[in-house]
Amino acid sequence: MKKTHPSRRAVLAGTAAAGLLGLAGPRAYAAEPQWKKYAGTTLEANLVKGPRGELLQKYASEFTELTGIKVESEIIPEQQQRQKAVIELTSGKPSFDVIHLSYHVQKRQFDKAGWLADLSGFLKDPNLTASDLTVDDFSAGGLKFAQNDKGEMHSLPWSVDYFILYWNKELFAKKGVELPKTLDEMVVAAEKLTDPANGIYGFTGRGLRNANMTLWSNFFLNYGGEFLDDKGNILTDGPEAVEATKLYQRLMTKSSPPGVAGFNWMESMASLTQGRAAMWIDADGWAPPIEDPNASRVVGKIGYALVPAGPKGQYSSTYGDGIGIAQASTKKEAAYLYCQWAVSKTMGARLLQSGGGVPFRNSILNDETVRKGVKTQEWLESVVASAKISKLGLPVIVPVAEFRDIVGAALTATISGADPATELKKANDQFRPILERSEKA
Amino acid sequence: MSDVTAQQPAAVESGVAGREAREWRPPSYWPFVAPALIVVLAVIIFPWAYTIWMSLHEWKVGTPPAFVGLANYIRLPGDARFVESVWHTLVYTALSVVLPLLFGTLAAVVFHAKFPMRGFLRGLFILPMMATPVAIALVWTMMFHPQLGILNYLLSLVGLPPQLWVFHPATVIPSLVLVETWQWTPLVMLIVLGGLAAIPAEPYESARIDGATRWQIFRYISLPLITPFLFIAAMIRMIDAVKSFDIIFAITQGGPGTASETINLYLYSVAFVYYDVGYASAIVVVFFALIVLLAAALLRLRQTTHWNDAGGSA
Repeated sequence: MKKTHPSRRAVLAGTAAAGLLGLAGPRAYAAEPQWKKYAGTTLEANLVKGPRGELLQKYASEFTELTGIKVESEIIPEQQQRQKAVIELTSGKPSFDVIHLSYHVQKRQFDKAGWLADLSGFLKDPNLTASDLTVDDFSAGGLKFAQNDKGEMHSLPWSVDYFILYWNKELFAKKGVELPKTLDEMVVAAEKLTDPANGIYGFTGRGLRNANMTLWSNFFLNYGGEFLDDKGNILTDGPEAVEATKLYQRLMTKSSPPGVAGFNWMESMASLTQGRAAMWIDADGWAPPIEDPNASRVVGKIGYALVPAGPKGQYSSTYGDGIGIAQASTKKEAAYLYCQWAVSKTMGARLLQSGGGVPFRNSILNDETVRKGVKTQEWLESVVASAKISKLGLPVIVPVAEFRDIVGAALTATISGADPATELKKANDQFRPILERSEKA
Repeated sequence: MSDVTAQQPAAVESGVAGREAREWRPPSYWPFVAPALIVVLAVIIFPWAYTIWMSLHEWKVGTPPAFVGLANYIRLPGDARFVESVWHTLVYTALSVVLPLLFGTLAAVVFHAKFPMRGFLRGLFILPMMATPVAIALVWTMMFHPQLGILNYLLSLVGLPPQLWVFHPATVIPSLVLVETWQWTPLVMLIVLGGLAAIPAEPYESARIDGATRWQIFRYISLPLITPFLFIAAMIRMIDAVKSFDIIFAITQGGPGTASETINLYLYSVAFVYYDVGYASAIVVVFFALIVLLAAALLRLRQTTHWNDAGGSA
C-alpha cells in the first residue's frame, strides 16, 4: 500500500494536468510498464459503436504516441458487432486482436468457447502492467464478469452500467409528491403524477420484448429474486418473479404512456426529455442527452436517485462492458497494452466525465479530481451509491438472448393484460429446455 | 492447333482409337451446359444440401456439430414461437396479397379511364414503390407513434379515438400490412393497367349497345380478361410478402412481444442472435416447403381458371 501512495499522488497530478491543459495521458501512469517494447506492431480492434468505442477511437493517436503501436479500430453497431465477433471467433481466425464485449450477453458464451486469452499472467508482470492496475481495483461486479470459473481474468472490466431512477422534480413539485424510497411508494407516486388529459404520465420505461428484461430484473432483484438455483435451474416463475411482474404490469398499464409495450430506452427517454413522464428507471448513461438543451426540455429539472427499495432489498441491476484479447491473436502482449490503456485512469476519467459510462475501477470512481470534472454531481452521487448496491441484472448463462426474448415477450404480454403468473410459467416452460440443451453442450 | 484438327478425321476413320471415339461420342452440348451447371451446383444445390445436412445436427456456433437425426424437426411443432410465427406469416401474407390486389385493381380501373393530368397522377401514384423499404419503415414508425404521430392526429380531426397501431399486439399486423399495401398497391396497378390496355375495344362497344351497366361491364368483360394478370400480380405479391423482413424488422422487430414475428424474423433470431444454426436450418427447410406449397397452390388455381377462360371464350 505504502508504495502506491506517492504514485497515486503522481497520478492525481497527472490527471489534473491532463484535464486542465488538455495534455496527453502518458505521463499520468504510475510505475510504468515497458510501453515501447512492442513498437511497430499493428493491432486490429473490434469495438461497439457508442460513446465507449468512440472514445477509444478518438484518442487512439495518444496510444500510438505512447507505445509506437498502431491501432486500426473497426466500430460497428452493437447487434452486428456481436454477430460478427461470434462468427469470426468461431472460424478460429478472427480479423481482430482486441474485442469489446458485453458481459451481460456474452460472458458465459465466451468463457465456454474459450475465445479469449487469459490475462492473469500479464496482470502480474510488471513489464506489462502499470503498478496501479491491480485486480482488486475492479469492483466486485466487474470481477464477477471478467473472471471465469477458475478465477482467471479473460478480459479487463471497462465500463459498467447501473440502473438508476431519473425523476422530474418540477412535475413532482406540481403535484406535491415526494421522491419515493420504496417500489410501493413509487407505484402510488406514479399514479398520482399521471394526468392523461395533459399527456403527462407518472412513469416510463422499457416495454419492448428483450429490452424490457433489464428494467424488470431490477424489480425482480428488489423482490428478493435470484435467477438460478444451485443446480443452475432458472427461477423466473417463482413468487418473487410474479410479484415483480405484477408491479411491472401495474406501472406499465396504469401510469405509463400508451404504446409503452413498444418502447425501448430511446422512446422512454423521449417521454422524459419532453417532460411527458415523471419517472424513468434505466441505465446510468443518459445524463448527457437529458442535460443537453438542444435535445431536452427538462434541463436542470431532472433528479438522479437510486432505484427504490423492494420488500427484500435495494439493488441496482448492473450490466457491463469489457475489453479482451482473442485467444487466436498473435500479438497478445501489444493487445494487452491497448486494453490496459483503455481501462487506464486517463481514459476512465474521460469516460466518466463525458457521461458515456462508468469505469469499473474504484480508484478512478473515488478520485476527487476525476469526480470534480463531472458536470452533473447529483448524477455522479447516484452512480457511486448504486455501485455499492450493484447486482448482476441478467443470469450468467449462454442463451441470454433467448432468455431475454422469451421472458421479455411474457412481460410485454402482461402489458396487454395477460396474467403474470400464467405468462411467466409459459415462458419458463419454453426456456428451460433451451437452457438445459445449452448447458449440456 | 490447325494440324490437330486436320488430322482428327483421319484418326477416326482408322484404328482402335478411332472406333472407340465413334462408339462413345462426347456429347457436344456439355461445354455449353457446364458453366450454368457449375453455377447452379455452387449456389443452389450445394447450399441446399448443406442446409439439410445442418438441419440434422445440433449445432450451436462455438461448439462442434453433433448428429441428432430429425430431432430439430420434431422440436418444431412443440415450439410455440415457431407455430405462432407460421400463423403470423400466413395472416400477413394473405392480407398483403388481397389488399394491394383490391386497391391496385381499383386504381388501375380509375387510371385506365381518360382524364386530364392522367400521366402525371399515374407517376405520382407509383412513387411509394420506388422508395427504400427501411427508409419507409422509419418514416412510418414516426407516423405510428401513439402521442407524436400524425396518424393519431388525423384520426382526432375526424373525432376518432387514438389508436396504438404497431404498439399493440392486436393491431400490429394490420398496421404493418397498411405500410405494405401503401407501398405495393402501385405495382399491382401497373400490372393490371397493362392487362386492361391489352383488352380490345369491341366487347365494350357491344356491351354498351346491349345496355350493360358499368358494373356489369367490369364484372363480365374486364375482370375475366384481366384475371391472368391478377394471378401474376398475386404471385409476385405473395412471394414478396412471405419473405418480407425489412419493413417488419425496422418497425417492430417482431414485437410487441412476438405479435408480429413472422417465420423470417424468428429464423433470423434463431440463426444470428441465438446462434442455433442446426435448428435454424430446420426452420429454413420447413419455410421453403411452405413457400413451394403456396406457390404450387396459386399456380394450380391459375391453371384451372385459365382453362375455364379458354372454354368460355371458345
